[in-house]
Amino acid sequence: MDFSSINPALLLASLMVASTAVLIAAIGELIVEKAGVLNLGVEGMMITGAICGFIVAVTTGSPLLGFVAAAVGGAVLSLLFGVLTQLALANQVASGLALTLFGLGLSALMGQSYVGIKPPSTPKLDLPLLSDIPFLGTVLFRHDLMVYVGIALVAATWAFLKYARAGLILKAVGENHEAAHALGYNVVRIRFMAICFGGACAGLGGAYISLIRVPQWTEGMTGGVGWIALALVVFASWKPWRVLLGAWLFGGVTVLQLNLQAAGIAIPAEYLSMSPYLITILVLVIMSFDRSGAPASLGRTFHASQ
Amino acid sequence: MIYLEKRPQPARALSYVTPVLAVLITMVAGGLLFAILGKDPVEAIRTIFWDPVFGEFSFYYRPQLLVKGGPLILIALGLSLGFKAGIWNIGAEGQYIMGAVAGAGVALALYPLEAWWIFPLMVIAGALGGWAWAMIPALLKVKFGTNEILVSLMLVYVAENFLKAMAIGAMKNPEGFGFPGSRNLQQYPSAHNTEIIAGSGMHWGVAAAFIAAIMAYILLNRHLLGFQIRLTGEAPRAARFSGVKPGRLVLFCMGTAGALAGLAGMFEVSGPAGQITTGFNVGYGFTAIIVAFLGRLHPIGIVLAGLLMALTYIGGEAAQSTMQLPAAAIQVFQGMLLFFLLAVDVLTNYRIRITLGEAA
Repeated sequence: MDFSSINPALLLASLMVASTAVLIAAIGELIVEKAGVLNLGVEGMMITGAICGFIVAVTTGSPLLGFVAAAVGGAVLSLLFGVLTQLALANQVASGLALTLFGLGLSALMGQSYVGIKPPSTPKLDLPLLSDIPFLGTVLFRHDLMVYVGIALVAATWAFLKYARAGLILKAVGENHEAAHALGYNVVRIRFMAICFGGACAGLGGAYISLIRVPQWTEGMTGGVGWIALALVVFASWKPWRVLLGAWLFGGVTVLQLNLQAAGIAIPAEYLSMSPYLITILVLVIMSFDRSGAPASLGRTFHASQ
Repeated sequence: MIYLEKRPQPARALSYVTPVLAVLITMVAGGLLFAILGKDPVEAIRTIFWDPVFGEFSFYYRPQLLVKGGPLILIALGLSLGFKAGIWNIGAEGQYIMGAVAGAGVALALYPLEAWWIFPLMVIAGALGGWAWAMIPALLKVKFGTNEILVSLMLVYVAENFLKAMAIGAMKNPEGFGFPGSRNLQQYPSAHNTEIIAGSGMHWGVAAAFIAAIMAYILLNRHLLGFQIRLTGEAPRAARFSGVKPGRLVLFCMGTAGALAGLAGMFEVSGPAGQITTGFNVGYGFTAIIVAFLGRLHPIGIVLAGLLMALTYIGGEAAQSTMQLPAAAIQVFQGMLLFFLLAVDVLTNYRIRITLGEAA
């Protein structure tokens, strides 16, 4: 075993990359849950976004168009969830599971002829001067655009929920949908928009995996990241900046175990691969003491009965 | 304008009709999907739903119906108890794996001893393996209020990795020329889950599934615990006032679901699958969720739904070989079924009212 092969700067840099997919998906889900909707279909929307983005990026040769397509794909799939839960008033847990099962199948079907192809590579933004700073330059400033988009999303979501009027309305709907309805807000429409945003974010996160992180298409390649995104929202007590922290923690564990595998540690790779999931469980247990942040109407069906 | 009016009580008759309606709508939508894929929709639907049961080669397919349906029914029965009470164990896939590993572990440890008690011991080990795996989210929920959905799901990925480690490590066949995978239990008579009636597909796991269905029926309709499960799902507050202990209910529902899923895994590994391999699990734990809902969380409904879902697997494989229908198309088909089922369910709980002009 050779720990000296692990370079801390590169480790931190790959942590940023490893955390981006789960970060973007979790921020989307945070908005959905703030509106009082529990969408368990993140995994399904992510994998659908991953294949939509992959197909478009390969056929057009543009990763940027790929990401746009991924967002659209995820959003379209999330509309199905919206119709089920907001219009047909179906159980949100069951509908979310349905979305995941459907998304996994759909993506496998769409991706059949794309296995083993390399997508066009996404350029890294090499920020002049900044990227030359020793250590910090490697860690922070030699990444692709999506890493910064992820962090920007966190900041935007935080500002939106704290300062924007629309953000306050969204929170009101999530806390007490009857009261929001009585004040004249259209609960169903607001929730539809939130669900759509969540879908688009999940799609983006998925495409980040298939276009940049891996980059390739294989069936079921998101491997539970969508579920970890759901766990992150709980971990973060529904606070945007804490989502970022959680994503880094998850990214850190992932990268570290991969590095340990590469360094030839005596623990078999299979056991190391369990670690991100085990850490997630541990974190969930610790955070279950603090449930102050959960929106009060989370998961409840709204029907404007007289 | 169309709007929904809540029914005072869910419509009884409709709750029987909606699953059938959902299957029919899925067949139409599935036909469209197959047409988009460039296959003849009528032929595809016939290959999937008709030929395996009534066609020329049905003598081969009919036993398969039981082989594939058995584990689905067994797992779905367990899940349905929790779902009824609002306890969401969605990690049955992991419990299925752990049951298989535990059951096979007993057999492999005793190899090549031949004794009558080996198979019963494997059954117990399988049930315990699944039960223990389900106890993790259950205990965490009871002790700390941790979300059981996420924990049980995370444990699926842990179990998958554990299975891989076993298949290439501790349980690897020493006479397997270095290939991953354990000894084949089909060639170990004391551990082999044989067919009770040769050629019928009726192995011990299928028998267990039918017994479990009867037990679940009695539990839900004739037993206080079953009443408490239903009460907790329909009126949690009322249940608490009437003295139901939610913690105990969580442990019971999750534990039963885990034990049944573990049994399914154990019967599968000692019977149709034969050995522990890295890709031993094929997603029965997730498909069983669809089975549970399609069967309306009712034991008899689940038996029927399990057989129907088994049919889509078998028919899907047939369509794969005769019509080159992609395997994933069947997965989409199964996913769509759950969608439509949840969508048409609105009819049981709400009345659709149509008014002309502006609604008041």
